Amino acid sequence: MIFLRRQLPLLITMVTGLLFAGQYYVPHPSSEQLLTSATKWLQIVGGFALVLGVTSLFHQHAAKIRRKEEGWGYSLVLYAGMLGTIAVGLWANGKESVEGAMTAFGWVYSYMMVPLQGTMFAILAFFIASAAYRSFRARSREAAVLLIAAVIVMMGRVPLGEYLIPLSGDVSQWILNVLNASVRRAILIGVSLGAVALSFKIIFGVERSYLGGGKE
Amino acid sequence: MDATVLGAWVATGLTLFIFSFLYKDNPLFKLAEHLYVGVSVGYTIVKAYDTVIVHLIVKPIFEQGEFALLIPVAIGLLMLTRYVPKAAWLSRYAFAFIVGVGSGLAIPRTISSFILKQVEDTVRPVLSLAGGDGVTFSMNLLNPASSINVIIILIGVISVLFYFFFSIEHSGPGKIVARTGVMFLMIAFGAAFGYTVMARMSLLIGRLTDLIEFSDASYGNPTLWLAILTVGVLLVLSRRSSPGEQEK
Repeated sequence: MIFLRRQLPLLITMVTGLLFAGQYYVPHPSSEQLLTSATKWLQIVGGFALVLGVTSLFHQHAAKIRRKEEGWGYSLVLYAGMLGTIAVGLWANGKESVEGAMTAFGWVYSYMMVPLQGTMFAILAFFIASAAYRSFRARSREAAVLLIAAVIVMMGRVPLGEYLIPLSGDVSQWILNVLNASVRRAILIGVSLGAVALSFKIIFGVERSYLGGGKE
Repeated sequence: MDATVLGAWVATGLTLFIFSFLYKDNPLFKLAEHLYVGVSVGYTIVKAYDTVIVHLIVKPIFEQGEFALLIPVAIGLLMLTRYVPKAAWLSRYAFAFIVGVGSGLAIPRTISSFILKQVEDTVRPVLSLAGGDGVTFSMNLLNPASSINVIIILIGVISVLFYFFFSIEHSGPGKIVARTGVMFLMIAFGAAFGYTVMARMSLLIGRLTDLIEFSDASYGNPTLWLAILTVGVLLVLSRRSSPGEQEK
């Protein structure tokens, strides 16, 4: 039984891992076909993972409503929003518009989801500004450099900033394209090395946390 | 009522409810927040159903006879055994498949695209033989591919990588390199912060533009009426709150 519960999953990981790592080095149509199929398979299996997540959300809010916990009414609003959107979405076959005419699903997207999402992120502008005021005081040389770079980039991205400091547009572009790019590149190289090392550890069974705990 | 006019009222109301959080946390904000979660989840479910169930499973199997797709369906169903404690271990096969394929696909592609390609773009020739001027060293800072920028990028990448390399002590000349790396990092963090702030400002301008548009009489002035309603509700709620809460 321990073979089925513990060793077989590790074997599946190893075989599929080595197979798809090797696939990259085989320039044959059947190899390309294998990659196309695997991508499709991953999308299908990923769809079932969504069921896990949604069920968890469902359970959490259902428990809140059942126990009449504080703010349970908001959970009802969440349910209404979710079920309503699913209903109109299925009715419209998942399409926002049909022959140029907006469907009910498209209406929910345009007049509910877009404003809610946009405003939710827009109010962060105020909180970022207040956080910046508290933390951006140039208390050290590093903080001063960070502050100056942020101010130049902000000034360089609006017409008023370029009007007040004519060079800010060019300097901002230089900071983003050269200094920022070099740091991003270094971080990307470091992260990628880590990802490759982790992938090897997973394939060879050194890293097993993805199998979860519980009984063997 | 016309769907566009109704949409204008709903969008304006939800926008103002979210903005009311700038005053303080209140029931109107919570209502909009929970509605946002619900609508987003519902939207994701519908899109996943349409993409995965309809276009990747049902149509290929029943219209094109691709019965091999029943294998990933079975693997996906194994994931749901998480809800049956005695059979939960079966879900390991699904996770093993996803993680195995993901790791296998990641190794060569990450090495090729994110390591070798990035190193190749970093270590570029400093001098160029462009035109009939012979060997040239370009000092144009505005061109990211100029000689001076190639050197700056090389210094930036090496110093930042060195800063994150903890196997040797950052002392002596190493300390200077690590400090240079820190400076590059601070500039990049500052730039990222400034960029994010301006992106959020852009979203804010977009929302305010909508509020101004929907204040038009052709929509029935929803911005005006709903702003009055929101402020009114907030005033009533603040009067209703207990003296202890007000002190807080």
